[in-house]
Amino acid sequence: MIDAITGLGRSALNALEVFGRAFVFLLRVLASLDVVLRRFGLTLFQIYSVGVRSLLIIVVSGLFVGMVLGYQGYITLVNFGAAEALGGVVALSLVRELGPVVTALLFAGRAGSALTAELGLMKTTEQLSAMEMMAVNPYRRIFAPRFVAGFLSMPLLAAIFSAVGVMGGYLVGVGLLGVDSGAYFSQMQAVTDWNEDVLSGVIKSIVFGFVVTWIAVFQGFNAQPTSEGISRATTQTVVVSSLAVLGLDFILTGLMFGAG
Amino acid sequence: MKMRFFELAVGVFVLLGIGALFYLAVQVSNVTDYHDRDTYTVTGYFDNIGGLKTRAPVTVSGVRIGRVAEIRYDPDRFRAEVILAIRAEHDYLPQDTQAAIHTAGLLGEQYIALEPGGDFETLRDGDELMFTQSAVVLENLIGRFLTNMGND
Amino acid sequence: MAEPPVADSPHIVIENLCFRRGRKVIFDDLSMRIPRGQVTTVMGPSGSGKTTLLRLIGGQLRPDNGRIWVDGQEVARLSTRRLYALRKRMGMLFQSGALLTDLSVFENVAFPLREHTNLPEDVLQTLVLLKLEAVGLRAARDLDPASLSGGMARRVALARAIALDPDLIMYDEPFTGLDPITMGQIVSLIRRTNQSLGLTSVLVSHDVAEAMAISDQVVLIAGGQVVDAGAPDELKARASDWSAQFLQGRPDGPVPFHYPGASYRDDLLGQRRDD
Repeated sequence: MIDAITGLGRSALNALEVFGRAFVFLLRVLASLDVVLRRFGLTLFQIYSVGVRSLLIIVVSGLFVGMVLGYQGYITLVNFGAAEALGGVVALSLVRELGPVVTALLFAGRAGSALTAELGLMKTTEQLSAMEMMAVNPYRRIFAPRFVAGFLSMPLLAAIFSAVGVMGGYLVGVGLLGVDSGAYFSQMQAVTDWNEDVLSGVIKSIVFGFVVTWIAVFQGFNAQPTSEGISRATTQTVVVSSLAVLGLDFILTGLMFGAG
Repeated sequence: MKMRFFELAVGVFVLLGIGALFYLAVQVSNVTDYHDRDTYTVTGYFDNIGGLKTRAPVTVSGVRIGRVAEIRYDPDRFRAEVILAIRAEHDYLPQDTQAAIHTAGLLGEQYIALEPGGDFETLRDGDELMFTQSAVVLENLIGRFLTNMGND
Repeated sequence: MAEPPVADSPHIVIENLCFRRGRKVIFDDLSMRIPRGQVTTVMGPSGSGKTTLLRLIGGQLRPDNGRIWVDGQEVARLSTRRLYALRKRMGMLFQSGALLTDLSVFENVAFPLREHTNLPEDVLQTLVLLKLEAVGLRAARDLDPASLSGGMARRVALARAIALDPDLIMYDEPFTGLDPITMGQIVSLIRRTNQSLGLTSVLVSHDVAEAMAISDQVVLIAGGQVVDAGAPDELKARASDWSAQFLQGRPDGPVPFHYPGASYRDDLLGQRRDD
């Protein structure tokens, strides 16, 4: 019994310690951000490996999520004779929730895990150490560009996801199920507000991008320098960032839409 | 060179992302509403606005000409004060135009339907609508129907 | 810089160094001097903290106690900027080579030059090829680090370590895991580099024969302290029990073959009692 309590206390302390380290790490990365403007090529390359290479999975998933939304929404709405409202249902669900959240989850799985594994491997093979010994600051050369790339890519990916999803809903709703094309878009525009819905979604995706990239880069930095350590860090990235995204989504949704 | 490829790919990616945002703005949401700043506002006082919300459409004969800009309660008149933003080109509405709160379909969104009167003077910015008709509240309607039945 | 390096002063001075990792004491009051322009090898059994020593000299770790001076500057007290300036004059060769996996051989050697200088592309190219030629790998410039053998990777890493013409170079276990031919190549490279560039070399190794052949000075450490130090021949001649065991590779002696613990007899008897 006492053992269980001490164990609990110890793991709580450990978690706090890791969080503290992650925070110090973040501050150091933020302090190195000027390198992003000075040597944009580094960041550009990272946007390629983080953003561009996530594009395919985002487009395909967005399309299918939109199609499923179109189908399910239609089935529900047609019972109330309100099939014309389909556009609004699809757009609102995508722009407010599914776009940012699903994109962030996919992003954590695709780009986040890759970032962690890459950095963990660099640490294990002493590349980070070697860089320090060559008087090159890894925060500036390695961490900051990756961090900014993830942070910038996420909102773009989420916007692409939502836009493709709207088209997917259109394909199913209008193309297959016969909802009127004009009604699909006019209903959409009637209920979707730029400030309240679209911008809120964009803000969400920026927050998610920040958090997921932070977790991924930190996990790579903090990985035990063994192959087991890398695999554990990679798993941690996906698990922790998924939970963080879902938890934050709840809080942000409450803040943004709670009053209205 | 290799770098050129990355630059190109990232360029396409960023353009796609911005394009998607633009698409969400123009096609999906009502961002155009924010651009017609050329509006004039008129105020209407209603006994009951039912479920009317800001941004609800304002129509004439079903044609949309503006939106509800603001809703508040006027404690002096004990009535709901609704401010309508009407696009500037619709400057032909007579002074005695009547405003009614209608419902699109049985359960749909509520909107304001304007019914032009016969006055020669037209509505200007800041004017007050003389005639308003409150929202139809379903419970009241049913209640009245039942009372009438009992009287018969 | 704090004070101009004097030609005959030691390049590195370590005084009363204490360092702990967790509860494990790695160095306990260790002092040594590493002379300028010579090859000094630090030898000791595995786990005696040789690599840690290099990291302490490079300022990647901070001592718990004691001080380390490199070129008259106390490493642990330097600001980040000064430390980085000092590191530009240090080269370090990691055991794995630690080449940057996303860059080619050429770009790996060019990396420190690109980071720290603004040389025009043609000058940079000449310099890199010069360094690669010195390690005999000019023809391998377009290869990927992943396709290099261990010995080649280490040679590329050496070319990279001398890219900025440092005056101190540290080798972490440069002989480990190499076949005899590659070993010979590395040995001659280290010697040649030291002579032609006139730099101070610090090696960390437990390969006795190579280290003894190559060094001007050997320092033996064990148990967190310097056990013996001197020129290789001198050391062989007057070796203490411990040094003799280490240098001749005898399995048992002052360093016991058995991990310390209860005696075998007690263990066996104890086990029977438990049954």
